[in-house]
Amino acid sequence: MAYTQEPQITVLPPDKEKIKKLWTVAGILGIITAFEFLVAFTMGHGPLKTAIFVGMTIFKAAYIVGEFMHLRYESKVLLWAILIPLIFIVWMLIAFIYEGMKFSEVNF
Amino acid sequence: MAHTSATTVSPERSTWDGGVSPMGASYGKLMMWFFLLSDAFTFSSLLITYGLIRSAHNAYTGTVEAFTFSAEYWPIPEKVFEAVPFLHGISLPLVFVGIMTFVLIMSSVTMVLAVEAGHRMDKKAVEKWMLWTLLGGIIFLSCQAWEWAHFIAGTDTPTLVKDFVNGTWVTKEVTGASLRINQYGPQAFADFFFFITGFHGFHVFSGVMFNFLIFYNTFTGVYERRGSYEMVEKVGLYWHFVDLVWVFVFTFFYLV
Repeated sequence: MAYTQEPQITVLPPDKEKIKKLWTVAGILGIITAFEFLVAFTMGHGPLKTAIFVGMTIFKAAYIVGEFMHLRYESKVLLWAILIPLIFIVWMLIAFIYEGMKFSEVNF
Repeated sequence: MAHTSATTVSPERSTWDGGVSPMGASYGKLMMWFFLLSDAFTFSSLLITYGLIRSAHNAYTGTVEAFTFSAEYWPIPEKVFEAVPFLHGISLPLVFVGIMTFVLIMSSVTMVLAVEAGHRMDKKAVEKWMLWTLLGGIIFLSCQAWEWAHFIAGTDTPTLVKDFVNGTWVTKEVTGASLRINQYGPQAFADFFFFITGFHGFHVFSGVMFNFLIFYNTFTGVYERRGSYEMVEKVGLYWHFVDLVWVFVFTFFYLV
């Protein structure tokens, strides 16, 4: 019978290099977050502060998607199939924030 | 008949006949990616609408120390989110949300370690890391429950808010927030807090459910018998996405 036979499972040893790399990425994410906190309490509100936060966020997002979600190592077709549609988000962002600024000039 | 052999003799299907995965990934993984892309659009809509409504309101221009809650301008986040459990009355701006961010990033790390263990067919290690991931998710949800409870209950000192009651405007003392009235600022601020963090929290909740399923299936040996731990990878993608969304929510709701 097929079921009486135990399946042969070979457990490989942990990949030290890969695990070390994952912890490095985690460390980078932690450091960026700590830096964001530093900026949050030392800088006055303004466009520069917002720009720093947005930049840091995109940096973190790139690490999460690229390393944790492994997208960097997938085939190029998959990478672009995911990244190109994000153009629509950029478009939406620009259009809506522009509209929002016009809102304050309109009296409802 | 050499030219027919490719379709009749060879059991392998040709490249143009479904012989290979066009993107080098399995169907399930590909569909998870496209689902996450659509989910990214949903979250972008919420966050961009937040940006639109916020830029349509007046910004607070005074100093941080002199800040008081008012419906006249959009509140600055470090004055709204400054409470930490068991430290009542002490102003600790953004500390609690910082802890939440740390918890979610750590659970993302343990998830990726579970995926790594799955590649090695190491059942025990997958179980261990899935348990850590579950713990991280549950801690995050508990923190969010507290944060919501605090946001709804409000501060010790109430804010005077104008409200429309039975056809006339009245000024009344308000503590906390609901979808109808709140003490922190314009009503849209509280509404967006509930919608955006609520929608994200619901994703975390679903993620914890999926993670439990993965842990259960690993524990009962489903993936070992299947000979592949790819399901861990697929749910891992979802879990990292939840972390990714939090990175954006954290920036645009709590920092900017």
